[in-house]
This record gives sequence, structure tokens and C-alpha cells, in this order.
Amino acid sequence: MTQTATTPDVSESGELSGGWGQFNVERLRPIKRYALRNPSLIVGLGLMFSLLLFVGIGHLVWDTEQYRVLSTPTRLPPSLNYEIETGKLAGQVKSYPFGTDTQGRDLLAVAIKGTPLTLRIGLIAGFVSIGLGTVAAFVAAYYRGWVDTGVRTVVDVGLAMPGLLILILVRINIGRELSVDEMGFALGLVGWVFPARTIRAQVLVMREQAYVQLSRLSGTSGMGIIFKEMLPNLIPYITASLVGAVAGAILASIGLEAIGLGKFGDPTLGMTIYWNIQFSSIILGMWWWWLPPLVAIVIVFLGLFLISSGLDEWSNPRLRKRV
Amino acid sequence: MTEQTQGIENTPNPVLSNVFRIISAVLSNFVVRRFFFFLFVVWLASTVIFIIPRLSGQDPVKEKLLLEAQRGGAIQQGLDEMAKHYQKRFGLDKPIWVQYGNFLSDLVRFDLGTSIAFFPRTVNDIVFESLIWTLGLMGTVTVMAFTLGTLAGAVLGWPRRPGWVQYVFMPLLTLAAIPQYLLGMILIFIFAFKLGWLPLFGGYEPATLPNLSFDFVVDVLRHAILPAFAILFSVVGFWAIGMRGMMINAQGEDYMVQADAKGLKGARIFMRYAVRNALLPQVTGLALVLGTIITGQVLVERVFSYPGIGDILFQAIRLSDFFVIRGIVVIIIVGIAGATFLLDVLYPLIDPRIRVRN
Repeated sequence: MTQTATTPDVSESGELSGGWGQFNVERLRPIKRYALRNPSLIVGLGLMFSLLLFVGIGHLVWDTEQYRVLSTPTRLPPSLNYEIETGKLAGQVKSYPFGTDTQGRDLLAVAIKGTPLTLRIGLIAGFVSIGLGTVAAFVAAYYRGWVDTGVRTVVDVGLAMPGLLILILVRINIGRELSVDEMGFALGLVGWVFPARTIRAQVLVMREQAYVQLSRLSGTSGMGIIFKEMLPNLIPYITASLVGAVAGAILASIGLEAIGLGKFGDPTLGMTIYWNIQFSSIILGMWWWWLPPLVAIVIVFLGLFLISSGLDEWSNPRLRKRV
Repeated sequence: MTEQTQGIENTPNPVLSNVFRIISAVLSNFVVRRFFFFLFVVWLASTVIFIIPRLSGQDPVKEKLLLEAQRGGAIQQGLDEMAKHYQKRFGLDKPIWVQYGNFLSDLVRFDLGTSIAFFPRTVNDIVFESLIWTLGLMGTVTVMAFTLGTLAGAVLGWPRRPGWVQYVFMPLLTLAAIPQYLLGMILIFIFAFKLGWLPLFGGYEPATLPNLSFDFVVDVLRHAILPAFAILFSVVGFWAIGMRGMMINAQGEDYMVQADAKGLKGARIFMRYAVRNALLPQVTGLALVLGTIITGQVLVERVFSYPGIGDILFQAIRLSDFFVIRGIVVIIIVGIAGATFLLDVLYPLIDPRIRVRN
């Protein structure tokens, strides 16, 4: 460890590790060193990965169809061998490691099935909002003039109106449930203004940098400057914004679902919270009902939060001082 | 533009040119410009709110009546007449521009219509009854969280802080990553359900009527503790993280080096140089997150069945009480835009640089 610290560039330049063809432990040294310097990124990625691992293994080994209403006995605390007394399955011994809820869902199946649905909403919304925001930011900051004024006005107005409330109104007027994908798109459509504003500020700074000026002087086209000079340099910042946008969208989606605007048939984390509130699971002492979605949500938010502060450290060297 | 002004300055009428000068001076005034932006936001928001139902091609009034009819088993024939009656009452049978004009003039007079589910009651009546609870809870929590969080962040971003500070505050910051309503659920479980120290839900004991007696006030405070802490914990983290970042950024500034070179005491550099400058973006931040705080609180109220706007909104959504939902959205948007306007106007008071520029 001390050896590599004094000669940091040797292992990276490949002198010790030979060619690309053969694998060498030395190659992992820079990664390990980076992990030690930026623990929050690694811990955050680890949290998200473990959640995905749970979902993946769950889909392989568990009967996830039991997320449906009335597929199990109701109000069972977690038990590994429960003998069903009545109904079609009478006499069978089944295990419900996460217990069941008041409406007869197997809560392990709900957790396995619902977590990726919620992540899906967040990812769709995150990509839509960052995509729209980046395009708007570049168009505004690069072309300036009335285009910039227009975008800025829309963004300022958009920031003054809570998107979630507009979404509530839209949803009430559509009069039907939004599917997971539609919810993701809708959240992305109202969520692009904040990234547009912050990315625009970054582009404005970047546009005055010497290398962009030089590129313009040497005759690169507007599109060329955007795609070859600016975008690659903004990737770390955009990635950090994306993580933030995903977290924000998940928060908003759970909020919408918790006040009863989700898709009632889907076992997303937000809908599970909704049923918990609706059937007062806390007051009934059914801790096994509200604990899994709560833990999953905390892992998601903590993981995304750590990843984004880790990315911050990567994209914003000023924070590297680790004050 | 220059030609225009020249043209007016050349006019022989001195009164007119003076009037123009006053108007342009007023328009270039920061406060006036912000006020017009405030009006613009409110107008645009209300236009969006007006357009949304027309775009979806749905008729919330008729739908609600259909629902009621299914429940009550009324015959289809009478339903159309009833719908017509309601449409007339709500002005839905007139041309769209008349509706738009009516809608805007109603808004200006702050008449938000009547509830569909609780028909004779007006939206104002329903919303303002709950607004007191929401504002009371939110005001206290926001002030407390802003002060605590900014202080915590300032200390955390200060290189010469005592070592133990990090171990006390860092876990607190992670709480910012947990949604308020989930924190609320955990608090209910521990302090209300398991320990039984505080009430499980509501804003006051169900058997009592709101009054100003000592017992009732204590009861209200006891009910407010858990929701307040649920919001407080997560919002404190938000302020602390922002403040910490600003403090770290301030470290590299020239004025910090200068203060150090002058040999000033650490405490003075901390308060008058670092905190004073790092505080400014925090105030702008308050304007930006106000919307998030309100929507967040709506959900916390839902978890606690707190009798504020969140609870009313949930009931209205369940009963598809369109006008109440619309009224709440309008009030929240006007509230946020108004608060942002106030913060913008007050901002020069704490930032002399802007004051001088004006």
C-alpha cells in the first residue's frame, strides 16, 4: 500500500501489469485506492447492488405471483411453516418468511415484485427529466438571446409551481390509473426544470473556458463544440444530477401513491405504504407489513444519496479536500 | 428601442416624457419586477389549471354525479338534468372564453368554488379550516430546521472544528436521505405505539372540541410533537448539507485569506466572514425548497391523520372532489409564489452587494 502510494502512476501506466490480455491483481490497485478515498460512492453502489441481488434471487427462487390479493391467508406474522386450515390450499404447509397482509398478499413476493417497479419509475423519470433538462440547458446556454430568455422563463415558472401538484390535477382529470411507465414519464415531464437550470449554469461557465473558445476559433461548428468539447466534460456532473433526479422521482412517486393516486393492482413500494396507512398496520402492530417497504425505501434513498455525494467528489475536485 | 426613447424625449410635451421616465424607473425597480413575475407565475399556473381539465376531455362534475348515482341507485334519466343543473351552477355550459374569464375573476376575488362532495360548503371554508393546522406546524418546523441545520452545517464545514462534531452530526445528515413520512411512521411506531408516550394520530383528542383552554393547547402540542420531528429531522439534514458545501467553498475565497492574514480570532472569522457569506445561498435555497417542504408535509399529515391540508387533499382525492383539489393546488401555488416574492424582496437586506447594485 505504501509502495503504491509513493509511485502512484506505475501501476496505472501498465508497466507492472503487462498487456491487456492477461489479468493482473495489480490492475485493481487504482480502483482499491480510489475506493479508500471515496468510500461513500462504494458503499452507495454496494447498497443498491445488494438490493438488486435480493430482487434477482427472489425472482428465481420465490413464487412472486403471490403478490396478488387473496393468494395467501390474511394477517399472518412471519412464519416458516404455517399449516393452512381452510380454502383450496387446506392441509398444505407453506412458509411466509415476511408474513402476509390484511388482504392476503405474501409480503415477500410483494417486496420482490414491488422494489424493481419503483426503481423503474425512478429510472424512467430520471432519464426523461435529465434528457429534457440537458437539451434545454444546452440550447439555452449555447444559443443565448431570446431562446435563453424563453427557456429561463419557463424554468423559473416551472420551479415556482410544484410539479407534484400539477401531476395530481392531471391524474384526477385523466380519471384512470397511471401505469408504472406512464407515471415515470409524467414525473420526468414535470421534473426537468431543476436539472435544466443547474446544467445551464454549468454550460454558461464552460462556454467561456479557453478550450471552448479555442475550438470555436478553429472553426468547429456549434454542434461539434457541444458534442465534442462540452458534453464529455459535463458527463460527471450530468451523472450526479441523474442520480439526484432518480431519487427525487422515486420520492415523488411514493408520495403520489401514498395519497392514493397509484396503480392499485401493482405492488410498488408506494402502494404498499398506501395499504399500510389505509389499514392502520402500525396501530394493529403488524410490523412485518410496514417494515420491508420501509427498509427497501431507506436503502434506495441512502444508496442514491451516497452515490450522488460520491459522484460529487469525483466531479467537483473542490470537495476533495475532505474538510 | 433607442429610437423609441429618443422619439419620446423629443416630444414637446414635458409631462408625457416625465410620465414615461417614471414608468420606466418603476419597471426597472427590482421589487416591482419581482412582483410582476409573481403575478405572471400565478396567472400562468391558473391558466394551466384551467386548461388541464379541458385537455383531458373529462367532465369531473358529471363523473362525480355518475358515481353518486351508482351509489345511490338513481335512475339515468334524471341524471342528465341534474348534471345540467350543476353545469349551470358551475358555469360549465358557457363558451370557453367566458369560462376562462369567470375563472380568473373568481380567482382574483379568491372565490374557489364549492365542494362537490359536501355541496353547500365552499372550498375556502374547507381549506382555511385546515390551513391553520398546516401553517402552524410548518412555520415552527421550518424556522427550527433552518436554524439548527444551518448551524450544524456551518460547524461541519469549518476546518478548525472540534473532532467529536463529525460523529454527532454525520448520522444526522444521513436522515436527510429518508423521506419525511417514513421517518414519521418509525416515530409513530416507537413513541406512540411501543412506548405510548404520545398520541398515535390526529391533531387533538377526538372527543374534544377546539377551544382556547390550557388543556386543549397542551393536547394540541402533544399531538404536534411527532409530526414536527418527522419533518424536522429530514429537513435539518438538507440545510446542513447545503451549508456545509457553502462553507467549504468559502474556504478558498480571498476574503478568508485576508481575514486570516489580519490575525483575526477564529470565532470572528467563522461568524463574520465564513458564515455571513455562506448564509446567502441558504436563503435562496429556502425559496427553492418551499414547494418540496409543503408537498412533503402533505404526506406527513396523511401518515399522522393530522387535520391539515394534506388530510383534506387525501379526502378530496378519494371522493374525487375536483374543486377542493383545485382549490388546494391554487392556494399552495399562490402561497409558494408569494413566499418566494417576499424572500426575493428581503434578500437585499441581508446581502449588501445587491443593495448597492440597485
